[in-house]
Parts: sequence; structure tokens; C-alpha cells
Amino acid sequence: MPTLSEPNTEINSRGAQSPVRIPVTRRAEDAASKASREDDPKMVLRDVNFFYGKSQALFTVNIDIPPNQVTAFIGPSGCGKSTLLRCLNRLNDLIEGARLDGRILLDGQDIYGPRVDVTDLRKRVGMVFQKSNPFPKPIFDNVAYGPRLQGVTDRGMLSDVVEESLRGAGLWEEVKDRLHHSAQSLSGGQQQRLCIARSLAVKPEVLLMDEPCSALDPIATGKIEELLFTLKKDLTVVIVTHNMQQAARVSDLTGFFLMGELIEFGDTKQIFTTPRDRRTEDYITGRFG
Amino acid sequence: MKRWSKKFFASGDLFVWTSGAGLAISLLMVIGLLVLIMVNGLGYFWPANVIELTLADGSHMMGQMAGREVIPESAQSKNSQGKARVRIKIGNRDLYGLDFKWIDEDKIVSRMTPPEVVLLERREWGNMYGRIKAVFRGDEQIATGDQASWRALLPILDKANALHAQISRIERVDIGAINADIERSRLKIRGLEARSGATPQGEIQQLKAKIAAAEARYQEDTRKLEGLNAQLGEATILMADANGQEKRIPAAQIIRAFRPNDMSALAKSLTYMANVWRVLSEEPREANTEGGIFPAIFGTVMMVLIMTVVVVPFGVIAALYLREYATQGVVVRLVRIAVNNLAGVPSIVFGVFGLGFFVYAIGGTIDTLFFPETLPTPTFGTGGILWASLTLALLTVPVVIVTTEEGLAAVPRDYREASLGLGATKFETIWGVVLPSAVPAILTGLILAMARAAGEVAPLMLTGVVKLAPTLPVDWQWPFFHLDRKFMHLGFHIYDVGFQSPNVEAAKPMVYITTLVLILVVVLLNLVAISLRTRLRKKYAGSSV
Repeated sequence: MPTLSEPNTEINSRGAQSPVRIPVTRRAEDAASKASREDDPKMVLRDVNFFYGKSQALFTVNIDIPPNQVTAFIGPSGCGKSTLLRCLNRLNDLIEGARLDGRILLDGQDIYGPRVDVTDLRKRVGMVFQKSNPFPKPIFDNVAYGPRLQGVTDRGMLSDVVEESLRGAGLWEEVKDRLHHSAQSLSGGQQQRLCIARSLAVKPEVLLMDEPCSALDPIATGKIEELLFTLKKDLTVVIVTHNMQQAARVSDLTGFFLMGELIEFGDTKQIFTTPRDRRTEDYITGRFG
Repeated sequence: MKRWSKKFFASGDLFVWTSGAGLAISLLMVIGLLVLIMVNGLGYFWPANVIELTLADGSHMMGQMAGREVIPESAQSKNSQGKARVRIKIGNRDLYGLDFKWIDEDKIVSRMTPPEVVLLERREWGNMYGRIKAVFRGDEQIATGDQASWRALLPILDKANALHAQISRIERVDIGAINADIERSRLKIRGLEARSGATPQGEIQQLKAKIAAAEARYQEDTRKLEGLNAQLGEATILMADANGQEKRIPAAQIIRAFRPNDMSALAKSLTYMANVWRVLSEEPREANTEGGIFPAIFGTVMMVLIMTVVVVPFGVIAALYLREYATQGVVVRLVRIAVNNLAGVPSIVFGVFGLGFFVYAIGGTIDTLFFPETLPTPTFGTGGILWASLTLALLTVPVVIVTTEEGLAAVPRDYREASLGLGATKFETIWGVVLPSAVPAILTGLILAMARAAGEVAPLMLTGVVKLAPTLPVDWQWPFFHLDRKFMHLGFHIYDVGFQSPNVEAAKPMVYITTLVLILVVVLLNLVAISLRTRLRKKYAGSSV
């Protein structure tokens, strides 16, 4: 049975290893495997049904999320797009009575499989939340939180990771002189980019973003949108947004949700110009929602 | 009219005034309490003038003014209607058998404050007021007359106090160490003898030799003490009271001598400071009514600290389980209700539990397992500071649990999700993010627990507090912390001095002083915790807890 820490069969053939911690060499091997299966979808959702207790929140969702692209989920409030996003790194496990049917595959492996280590999954599938939520710690410690969890204690290594991640999130120039100030002293947009940097520090393969700009002003929003273009070179981004212009600007693929159902999924340009479904057209032209 | 009243209610003015008045009354009561305690307590340190009264019958009387009141009806005679009387602290208990006396004001012919009057603070029998007639060394008179005797007295007192310090050091430290050595060796011998099988005679002989050596050292120290005591006994002074009644007092009995009537305000202020320091730093004398309260302060603080060390981890762990791990349901809700109710159980109940469980059950077991050679004398199987602290920890753990739980609940969900989203396990999330954010709340619980624990007396009386502890729970004898020892406590001290003392009237200021110190100790402990909390809050700036 393949496990998440050994993301493909080539690596798995090295023998049965304990699934707890990612080998340091994983990234290199990943890159190799990524290159060889460039066209395979990064994540595959098959017949996903999701329930909060007795009420069903998602109805038979099927999506293929391609690698190194930005996939956007749009739809009115309560349509289940955030729920779906949180299924992708099993953050919904925390909710009592929540249940998922169907399969979600990451690089071909079921993330709800019985031998999956959830913490490993979440290291590979990072998340940025709607409300920026830096920890009440200094900026440095915020970014170093993830690497430290993986057992990195070497100060130099941590500094490198922190700098790299902050640069990746376009925040380095703004905070490099005050890394040991509280993260709460940053502005809203900076805090959100700090959260992105914090996720990047774990070197995820997929980054989930749950309305990352809903609390930000247009300038901060613009910066984060720019960031998405650079990020997708290295990883796969899934973004949930209320803002249809944003979805049109940043995403390569768009899925439209309504009442827990995926109404339409396809190329962003196509969805916004020639939607196949009437409800999609109604929504993007602002007739409801 | 109706409309007006409705408007008045709606405006909320009434509510504002009522709540404001409620706050004002609470504040007034607190301030009134503090003022009462301070007025009654702080006057004790002031070296008041000694007045000499000449009474209508020609007799004289000397002492410090201790109060004035209109003669109550029950004590009135025919012609004393509406007149006042004064209360004088006359001291000289060995002469009169009384400390205080009421004098009707109309019987006083004159009041004077003669500068040569001397106040002697003595190790026994309380203060003495009078005039020095002469100073003797052995039988030889070395000074006579007020002025000369006073000048001769001061160096003698200095020397006597130095000798006393030396004696008490030998008694406490040297002989204490010897006794501890002997006791240890004796117990080892008993332990060896009690062991079944062949008794190692060689080892026993060695220990016996050790005991003999210690006893030799003891003899030596006793001789030293005898020498010092002989030196002490040399000087005596002859005092005369207001009526000329004479009394010879050994200088060794005198702690300090003043001439309060001859002192400037500055000198009195310095004496005042010195008195405050003495009360805070010295040990009690004369059934706790005189001297200091240092052992009680020490005992209180130490007990609270031990309790803190126990209660915080316990309470936090329990709260963590209740809030983070346990499945929220009927059982958890019941447990929570039970914990809350535990905070309302009368403290004496905890005392009984502490006595039965900690002292007898656990302490008794420890004794049979680890100290069998001392039995039947208990080591841990009797009240002690450890058991008292544990009992109080039990008493205050609900407070810590409740506040910690509230703190944990107030940690934003965002933090947890962010941490979990980075691949942290639940434990890593709690340890790395949730607990640090909840630390201020935990400290709040700690503050409440300390305030409650420092003021609790009833359970302590069953689990280890004593009226007079000969030694502190910490000293230079190995293992330095003696958690099995009994200890003194400010709260119990108040009760003991105020209500169990042979000389309640004289002890009254002591009661107020002890109360004041207890309040100060609690405030100080809380200030430390509060400043710590403020610093942590700043560190976790922006956290809402």
C-alpha cells in the first residue's frame, strides 16, 4: 500500500518505509517524478460527497486539478467551495460529525486512505486562510514554525528557509530589518503574505487559498495576485474567491459551485466568456449571488 | 409625570448612578478596612513618650498612653457622669502583674514627660518603664545616677546583644548540626540492627564512634556556651519605678533601652523604621505577642510557592484534557460542573481530607517505606508544609482549571487551523501555539489561586501549621528543604496571637500588624504574577486572551 510520504511508485519500490516523516531527499525525487508525469493531474476528485452530520454540503464533485496552474473555485456564499478546499488537506477532519464519501487523490494516492499520515499530507498541501492568522510570535518564528516542526533546529538553515520563504511571498524587503518584531505589528496585507511565506516554508506541493484577499485593500490584493503568478511556477494553487474579477485575472481553470454542486468546470477564459450552463452565466453576469 | 419617569428610566441615569454607587461603596469598604488596619497597626512601631502621672491620692504612675474614652455607664460611679478616662500601658508586668490600667481623668493631678525616664525592652515580662538608679558589674557598682548610668548602660547592652547573637548561633547552627549528625547515625544503627540476617558489627562500631565524636563536640560547645552565659550574667542594673519601687534586672534580659522623652522626631522616626524592620525580620518572643513575625512570613510565602508549583501543572493539564482532548458531551459537562462545585466546598473539608489522605495515608506509607527506623516518631506521617501546600493545591485547582479552560477556549480557532495546516500534530499545535497564547489566562488563574491560598487558615490547622515552629522549612542542614517540617503562617498567627494569647490586650497591635503584613504579602505575590502576565501579554501582543 503506497503511502503519502512516498509519493510515487518509483520511490515506493525502495522498500517499505515508515510513513511518519518525509525524507530530506523527497524534493529532488519529487521534481524528477513531476517532470516525468507533467501532464497528470496533481489532484483528482472522484464522486466526492461531503456531509456535516446529516446535512450534505457537497454533491458528487469530480475535478482534476492540473499541476503548476491556478485553479479557482467561485460561487455564492454557502455553496460548498470552502468546504471542498478544506477537504483537500483534511482540515475538515477536525469538525465533529463531518464525513466524506468518494476519493481524493494526490499524485494518484487516496489522501483519505487508511495508512495516510495526515500531518504529512498537510505538509504537502498547505493552506492560507481567509483571515490572516499569524501566530502571536515574532515574524521569524512564524515562518520557522513549520520547518521547526520537521525537526530543523540549525539556526543557519532556519534563517535560509525563512529568507527564501519571505522572498517567495514578496515580503522580504519589507521585513528583513525587523524579523524579531511581533508579526501582529504588520499591516493586514503584510500579515497575509506572511501567512503565505509561512506555508511556503514547509515547501508544499499544493497551496490552498481560502479567499486570501477578502479582507485586504486593492493594493495588497494586487500584490498577492502578482504573487500567484510566480508561485505557480513551483506549485499548484487552488484558490477560493468571491471576487469574480479576481478569478478571471489570476486563474487558469475555474469551477463554479452552486448549492454544493459543481455546475461547471473548465478553462477560465471559456467560463467567463462562453459559459455552457445558464446558472453560471447568471452568476458571472451578476444576476444572482 | 408618567412620561417623565419613563424618560428618566430610559435615559439610564438611574442605572449609571446605582452602579456607580455600588462601586463607590465597595471601594469605601476596602479603603476603610485598610485604614482601620493601618491606624491600629502602624502606631505600634512609634516610640511614644512615656508620661508620668501624679494622681489625686499622691501616688505616681508611668507609662505610654494607649487610649482614651468616655467612661461607659457600667463602670460609672456617682460623680463620674460623662467624664473621660485614659488607658495607660504601665508595663512592668513583673511588678504589677498588669500591662494596662484605666485612670479616670479627674483623678490625674499632673502629667509630665521627664527626659530621664527609660523604656527597657526585655526578653521577658514585657516593657519596663522607670529610672535607672545604678549599674553593677557583679557586686561592684560601676555607675550611679541617671545620666552616668545611662551612659554606662549602652555599651553593656551592645555587648550583651552580641553575646546573645553568638549564643544563639552556637545553639542553632553548631549544636543543631551536631544533633542532626547524632540522629542520622542513630537511625542508621537502628536501620542496620532491624535488618534481618547478620548485622555488620564493623559498620555499627564506626557509627557509634561517630556519635561519640559528635557528643564530644557537643560537650565542647556546651562549655563554650557556659562561658558566654557567665559573661552575660555579669552586669545588672537597678531600676526604680514611678513610686520608687526598686528592681534589679540582669542586663542580659534587656534587648534595647530608649529614652523616648529625650528623643528628637528624627531619632524617633529612625527607631520607627528599625522597629518595622525588626518585626519583619525577627522571630517571635513571649508566646508570639512580642518580637517579629519572620517565620510566619517565610512559611506563608514558601507554602504559597510550593502550592503554585503543584497547582499550575496539575490544573493546566486537567484543563487541557477537558478542553482539547475529551469528547465534549454529558460526561465532560458533569466533570466541569463537579470541578466548579469543588471550588465552593468549605475549606475545612479539604483540611480533613488532607489530614486523612495526605498526612495519614500517603505520609504514613512514606514513613513505613522510607523511614522505618524512626518509627513510631513520624517523619512525613504528621502535618508538614508539603501536606499543607498539597491540600491548598487541591483547594485551588478548580480555579486554575476554570480560568485555563476559558483561556484555551479564547485562543482563536485560526491559530489552531494555521498550525495544523502546516503539518503540526494536535500535540504540537497545543504546545507550540495554543498554550503560549493561553499563558496569560493561566497566570490569571494562578493569581486567583494564590490570593485564595494565602488567606486560607482552616485547612492548614489540620495539616501542618503550628503556633511556634523552632526551625524554618529551609536551612543549612542537608537536604536544605525540609518539606516534612511544620511551619508558621500569617493567617494562623493572627488567630493565635489575637485569640489564643495569654495577654490579648498587649497582643492587639501585633494582630493588626500581622494582618497588614498578610495583606502586603498577598499583594506582593500578586504583583509579581501580574507583572509577569503583562510582560507575556506584550510578548503575545494582539492575542485577545
